Amino acid sequence: MSIEVVGITVLWIFLYGYLIVASIDFGAGFFSYYALITGRTNMIHTIIERYLSPVWEVTNVFLVFFMIGMVGFFPDTAYYLGTTLLIPGSIAIVLIAIRGSYYAFSNYGSKENHFYKLLYGGSGLLIPASLSIVLTISEGGFIEERGSDVVLLYGKLFTSTYAWSVVILSLVSVLYISAAFLTYYAHKAKDMRAMEVLRGFAIGWSGPTILASLLVFFSIQHHNPMHFERMLELSWMFVLSLVCFMIATYLIWNRKRLGLAFVMVMLQFALAFFGYGAAHLPYIIYPMVSIHESVTSPAMGIALIGAFIAGLCLLVPSLFLLMRLFLFNANYVQGLQKK
Amino acid sequence: MMAYDPVVYSRILTGLTLGFHIIFATIGVGVPLMIAIAEYLGIKYKDPHYTLLARRWARGFVITVAVGVVTGTSIGLQLNLLWPSFMQIAGQAIALPLFMETFAFFFEAIFLGIYLYTWDRWKNPWIHFSISIPIIIGSTLSAFFITIVNAFMNTPQGFKLSGRTIIEIDPLVAMFNPATPTKTAHVISSAYMTSAFVLATIAALALLAGKNHVYYKKALKLTMVCGLIFSLSTAFIGDLSGKFLAEYQPEKLAAAEWHFETTTQAPLVIGGYLDKDKTIHYGLKLPFALSILAHGDPNAEVIGLNDIPVDERPPLYIHYFFDIMVGIGSLMIVLGIAYLFLVRKKRLQQGKEVPRWLLRLISFSGPLSMLAIECGWIFAEAGRQPWILRGYMKTVHGATTATNVDWMLLMFSLLYIILGFGVWNVLGRMFRTNTPEEELAIRSADGGEVR
Repeated sequence: MSIEVVGITVLWIFLYGYLIVASIDFGAGFFSYYALITGRTNMIHTIIERYLSPVWEVTNVFLVFFMIGMVGFFPDTAYYLGTTLLIPGSIAIVLIAIRGSYYAFSNYGSKENHFYKLLYGGSGLLIPASLSIVLTISEGGFIEERGSDVVLLYGKLFTSTYAWSVVILSLVSVLYISAAFLTYYAHKAKDMRAMEVLRGFAIGWSGPTILASLLVFFSIQHHNPMHFERMLELSWMFVLSLVCFMIATYLIWNRKRLGLAFVMVMLQFALAFFGYGAAHLPYIIYPMVSIHESVTSPAMGIALIGAFIAGLCLLVPSLFLLMRLFLFNANYVQGLQKK
Repeated sequence: MMAYDPVVYSRILTGLTLGFHIIFATIGVGVPLMIAIAEYLGIKYKDPHYTLLARRWARGFVITVAVGVVTGTSIGLQLNLLWPSFMQIAGQAIALPLFMETFAFFFEAIFLGIYLYTWDRWKNPWIHFSISIPIIIGSTLSAFFITIVNAFMNTPQGFKLSGRTIIEIDPLVAMFNPATPTKTAHVISSAYMTSAFVLATIAALALLAGKNHVYYKKALKLTMVCGLIFSLSTAFIGDLSGKFLAEYQPEKLAAAEWHFETTTQAPLVIGGYLDKDKTIHYGLKLPFALSILAHGDPNAEVIGLNDIPVDERPPLYIHYFFDIMVGIGSLMIVLGIAYLFLVRKKRLQQGKEVPRWLLRLISFSGPLSMLAIECGWIFAEAGRQPWILRGYMKTVHGATTATNVDWMLLMFSLLYIILGFGVWNVLGRMFRTNTPEEELAIRSADGGEVR
C-alpha cells in the first residue's frame, strides 16, 4: 500500500472513531436534557453520568487527531479547508468549547443547573450539524478558486438538498447510535427502567436513520454522479450495512443480546462510512485535492506512520485499561463502587 | 475603525487564544506533578493532610483541564483556519511533533480519567499513585512536543525550499532544531514553577484569612519549596536560552536588550524608555552583563540591531516584556529563599509564625508567575516578527485571506470571557462550600483510617 492510502485509511479510522464516541456523547447530552424537561431525569440520568464522567475528555482528541493527521499527511487540504471553513469551523470550535467546559462545570463544580444542561444538550446537536458541512464540501461544487483565493459559496451551500440531507443524517444517526449504546449500558447496569426508556429512543430513531441514509444516497446521485457510480460499485458494503441495521433493530426490539446489537450498529456505520469513503477516493476535496497529488513527502509520511504505530502501542493498552475499569467493570457500571 | 486586514485580526485572535490557553496549559503541565508529590508524601508518611491536598488539587485541576482541553482544541483547529498557508508548509516539515503531541495528550487524558475515579478503588494506595505517573509523562511530553513546533518556527531546519514546495524533508532534523533544547526545557520548568506558586497563593490566602490549620502550613511549605527549586532551574535554563539567542537569533536578543551597536563588553539595560533617536533614557545599565548573558564572557562581542536589515528587525517594545519576565522570575527566587529563612526550625521553635507581610507577598506569587509566562510568550512571539517561519516565511504571507476574521475575533473574545467567569465561579464555589477542615473531620470519622 502506498503512503497516501495508508494515510487516508488511518485518518478515516480516526474520523470513524470520532463519529462513534462523539455520537454517544452528543446523544447522551440531548437525552439527558430531554429527560430533564419531561421529568424522567432520575431514570436515565445516572446511567449517562456514570458512562460519560471518565471518558468525556477522550472524545475531543479523536477530532484533533483527525485534523492534525490531515495536515500532516495531506498539507494541501489544510490550505483549502482552512481558508474556506473559517466561519463554520469557528462556530464548531465555540460549540465544542462551551460543551466541554460546561460539562465539567456542572458535573464537578455545582448542583444541577437547567441552563448548563440546555447548553450541553443543544450543542450536542449543533456540533454534528456544523461538522457535517466538511463532508458536504468535500463533494465538490461549493468551493471556488478566485485568483489566488478560495471561497466557500454559502448561497449554494444553504440551498443544496444534498447539504441538508447530510445535516439530517448526522442528527438522527447521533441520536440512534447514542441510544443503542446507552440501552446496552443500562442493561449492563441492570437498570431496567432506564433500559426501557433508552430502548424506546433507539427504536424510535432507527427508522429515521435509515430514511435519512437513503435520502443522502439519492441526493449524491444528483449532486455528484461520479461518486454515486463508484458507490454503486461498492454496493455490497451498503447492503451489508443494511443487514447489520436489521439485525441490530431485531435484537433491540426483542431485548436480546444488546451488546451484540450495539456492535451491529457500529458495523452498520463502519460499512456505510468506509463504503462512502472508498468511493470518494482518490479525491479528498472533489475535484481540487486528490490523495495522490497532495500527499506529504515520503520521509514525513513514513515518520508519521511510525509515530502512529508507536502511539497505538501506547494507547490501545491504555484504552483497554480504561474500558476494563469503567465500561466493562460490573461493579462500577452498577454503581457499587465508591468513587 | 481600522481597515479590515485579515493578517492583523488573525494575529490578534491567535494571540488571544494562545494567551488564554497558556494559563490552563501551564497549570495542566505543572499541577499533575504537584498532585503526585503530595500524594507520594501522604502515602509515605501516612499523613492525611498531604493526601487531602492531592485530592483537593486534583478536584480543582479537572476544571482547569476541561478549559485547557477545549481551548487546546480551539488553537489546534484555529491554526488551520487562520494560518492555512503557513500550515501547508509547516505541515510538511513539522507535522511529526504536532501529531505526537496529540498522542501524548490522549495518553494523559485516558489516565486522568482513571486517576480521578479510582481514589478508593485499590487496597494498596501505591497503585493509585502509580496512575499519576503516566499523567505527568503525558502532560510534560505534550508540552515538549508542542514547544518543538514553536522552536521550529524560530530556527527552522531539516528541509529545503524551492519556490512554494519544500523538498528534502528530514522530520527528525526539523524536530531537533537548535531552539528545541532550551525552549522546551524553559517552558516545562516554568510551568512547574508557576503551578507551584499558584498553589502557594491559595495556601497563603487561606492563612491570611485567619485559617490556622496545620494543613495550610504544610501546603505552603510544600509549594514554596517546589516553587523555589523550579524557579532556580527556570533561571538557569533561561540563562542558556540567552546564549542560544545570541548565537541563533541575535536580532531577538538585540531588540529585547535595546542593543543597537555591535560591541564587546556590552552592558545590559533594564527598564528605561527610547526617544525618537533611539537613545535610552533612565535605563539601569549593568556593565558587561549582556556580554555575560549572551556568551558567558564579559569581553565577548554581542551583535547589535543595526547589523540586521531594517525589514527584519523585531519590534522594540519586547524589551519591557523581557524585563518583566526576568524581573518576576528573580523576585520569585528571592521570595522562596526569604520564606525558607523565616520558617527555619530555630525560629519556629521560638513559636514565631510566618510573618503576614511575607504571606501577603506569597499570595501574589501565583498571579505574578502567570504574568511572567504571558510576558515570556509575548516576548518570544513578537520577538520572532516579522517572521512566522524565521528566514522562510513572513507572518503576512502565512495568514488567511478570508473575510470575517474580525467577527470571529469578537465571537472568541466572548467565549473566553464566558469560560473565564465560569472557571472562576465554579472553582470558588467548589472550595468555599467544602472546606478542608470539614473534609478532614469527615474522613477521620469515616472508619478511623484517614486516607
